[in-house]
Amino acid sequence: MQRHISLTTRVGFALALVLAVGGAAVTVAALQYGRQAAQTAYDRLLIGAADQIAGAITVRDGAIAVDIPASAFQLLALAPDDRIAYAVIGPGGSLITGYPGLAPAGDGPFARAVVNGAAMRLAVVDRPFSERAFRGSVRVVVGQTLLARAALAREITTGALWVAVAAGVLMSALAVFAIRSALSPLVQVERALAARAPKDLTPLDVAVPREIGGLVASINGFMARLDRQVEALRNLIADASHQLRTPIAALRAQADLAAGETDPARQKAIVARLHARAVSLGRLTDQMLNHAMIIHRADSVPREVVDLREVAIRAVYESEGVADADPAALQLDLPEDAVHCMGDALSLTEAVKNLVANAARHGGAPVTVRVAVHDDQALIGVQDHGAGIPLADRGAGMTRFRRASGVSASSAGLGLAIVQEVALAHDGRIAFSDGGPFEVALVIPRVRP
Amino acid sequence: MIRTLPLLLLWAGAAFAQATPEAVAAYGSEDAARGLIIRSSTDVDALSPALQAFSATRPDIRITYEQWGSNDLYLRGEAACRGEVAASDLVINSSVDQQVKLVNDGCAQPHVSALTTRLPAAARWRNEIFGVTREPVVMVYNRDLVAPADAPRSRFDLIDLLRPEGSRFAGRIATYDIEASGLGYLLAFQDSQTATTFGSLIEAFGRSGAVATCCSAEIIDGVAEGRYLIAYNVLGSYALARASHDRRIAIVAPQDYTLVLSRAAMIPRQAANPGDAGAFIDFLLSDAGIAALTQTQMMLPEGGTDDMGLGPDDAASLRPVALSPTLLLGLDRAKRAGFLSIWRGTFPATR
Repeated sequence: MQRHISLTTRVGFALALVLAVGGAAVTVAALQYGRQAAQTAYDRLLIGAADQIAGAITVRDGAIAVDIPASAFQLLALAPDDRIAYAVIGPGGSLITGYPGLAPAGDGPFARAVVNGAAMRLAVVDRPFSERAFRGSVRVVVGQTLLARAALAREITTGALWVAVAAGVLMSALAVFAIRSALSPLVQVERALAARAPKDLTPLDVAVPREIGGLVASINGFMARLDRQVEALRNLIADASHQLRTPIAALRAQADLAAGETDPARQKAIVARLHARAVSLGRLTDQMLNHAMIIHRADSVPREVVDLREVAIRAVYESEGVADADPAALQLDLPEDAVHCMGDALSLTEAVKNLVANAARHGGAPVTVRVAVHDDQALIGVQDHGAGIPLADRGAGMTRFRRASGVSASSAGLGLAIVQEVALAHDGRIAFSDGGPFEVALVIPRVRP
Repeated sequence: MIRTLPLLLLWAGAAFAQATPEAVAAYGSEDAARGLIIRSSTDVDALSPALQAFSATRPDIRITYEQWGSNDLYLRGEAACRGEVAASDLVINSSVDQQVKLVNDGCAQPHVSALTTRLPAAARWRNEIFGVTREPVVMVYNRDLVAPADAPRSRFDLIDLLRPEGSRFAGRIATYDIEASGLGYLLAFQDSQTATTFGSLIEAFGRSGAVATCCSAEIIDGVAEGRYLIAYNVLGSYALARASHDRRIAIVAPQDYTLVLSRAAMIPRQAANPGDAGAFIDFLLSDAGIAALTQTQMMLPEGGTDDMGLGPDDAASLRPVALSPTLLLGLDRAKRAGFLSIWRGTFPATR
């Protein structure tokens, strides 16, 4: 048996993939989010400090003065280890107070710069003045190194990643649980199968989820086929042992009789009976083997598109040598168009041959093999002009060795049983029709071309 | 601003004209493998026990100790940062705002050890500047000339003493000249930021003709000799050291609030021997270092000291000057100009 990767491994791989991709995505998102959050938080600090300084700018006697409030620096000191820089820049870029060379190039409220060898984030606030003595804008630049931002970003990211890791672990645990729980019906099926008696081929009766209902149905279907075949085999053996013994014993008795007979005329008569018995035995053997073969084929041969007209022609052709009937009395009644159904041509032919043989033997000539179409049903039947089978015997005729008139020398009564098997194998049925000529027909689903 | 510029030039010019230390001392063998240059605003005598103790454990180091005025020390540090003069290996300045500015301007390098990480947040910034001492800022009076009952216990008392017309304290109160002393400026500016009392106090100083002069030693001498009755904002370490052998000197830690200064040590970025500088910082923070600093009154015991009426109950009135960029405020050009102009209006005599 070919070994496949276990389900657990497959799910494990899939989960690992999901976790890896998801983890990478979460990491990127967490980094981005952490950086963004830290940036926003400390940018507000910077803007707050710049606003406080800007608020402390006054114009006195036409000169710009600024008395920086302590709170501005205390605000900046909330980032405990970060170096700071600031500048108040008057019109024309003149430095009013603070660090020289702290004018960012861009227009936005934030910029990056390197101050005294350290990367800083700068916030810029412009305060416009419209006084008599001074009209214009004074610019406040406040900068801070990035340690606290980086630390906060790291903290947020780490926190988010821990949550993600916890979620991953939880997911893995749940996945293990889910796999176990999903596979438990299979284990149930396995136990149910293992617990069976060796010859028990009845359908499994295990409550399973929809997803593996198909599997159980297949197992049951398989077991049903097996059961039928075992049954057929058993029948064949039983039939052979039961049905063949008597005719063979009779043959031997006749043969003994023939050997001991001195009168040539009587000996001739015995030999004629011997021959008739042998022919009958041959037919019985044929039918038994056919029956077994048809049951076997019903389960094992793939169905194909069959034209019932060909089946009819073939059955008539093959019946001519075998049937006791007068060949001239065997007629065909076929439609012009092909009548298709899904089936096994050999089984169908065999069934029709049996019907022909029955009709020839028990009915009245002429015997007609007819093919017809009724809506979705295709029909292949054999008509004769005899009395037909009595209603009470029709059901029994379909079981083996139950003939209305008992087991005869020439037939074991398997004919209708075979037809019945073939009908079942083709999802069809046997139809009897009285009224006009008596007809026994196989009605099976038709396939439209 | 226009007024500040010539001042700064004058200031810088003065520093470079007399760019020599006030005193130089050396410890350890001249043949020692490595040299350690320390520049400090601290009197040699005050740090001497610590330097000797450190030198005793590290015979492989030759320590050169240069004593500078706090403003000169800052200017020298700034020049070293720009690469204009040779950097020292360690700078210890009582003018901690200027030290913080050097650190903020990227002139320091970090030093991390088990001892530095144990420092409280107020005594450490960026692992680049460390508060190595703990000195209260006090008032000193002459015990012979001012009865203890009359001595001020707080700034409010001091203001009250100066209020009456013709008070005997008029013209006999001394404090630092904040233009000449970086430490003086820092303490005055911290006062202005800590309480509104400062406005009344400086107004009282101005009205009564208080004297702004230079240097801790001179001020304490003046009090001892009776030229001044009271000195305001004197570093407790100097006062205590003097009081220990001069019974005329009495010390009061103001009860309204007492600033506590930690001299700040930093290792310049261009230091030639940062390893030994770090070792010396660690030594100062160790038990042995604390013992040596306590010997020269530079380490105020946690429980306070009775010598200045500062008991354990007064811990709430202690205001440590935290090492943080908030100190940069006082160094802001515009802020400093404004503050100095108020000061100058108060002490016209010193101009």
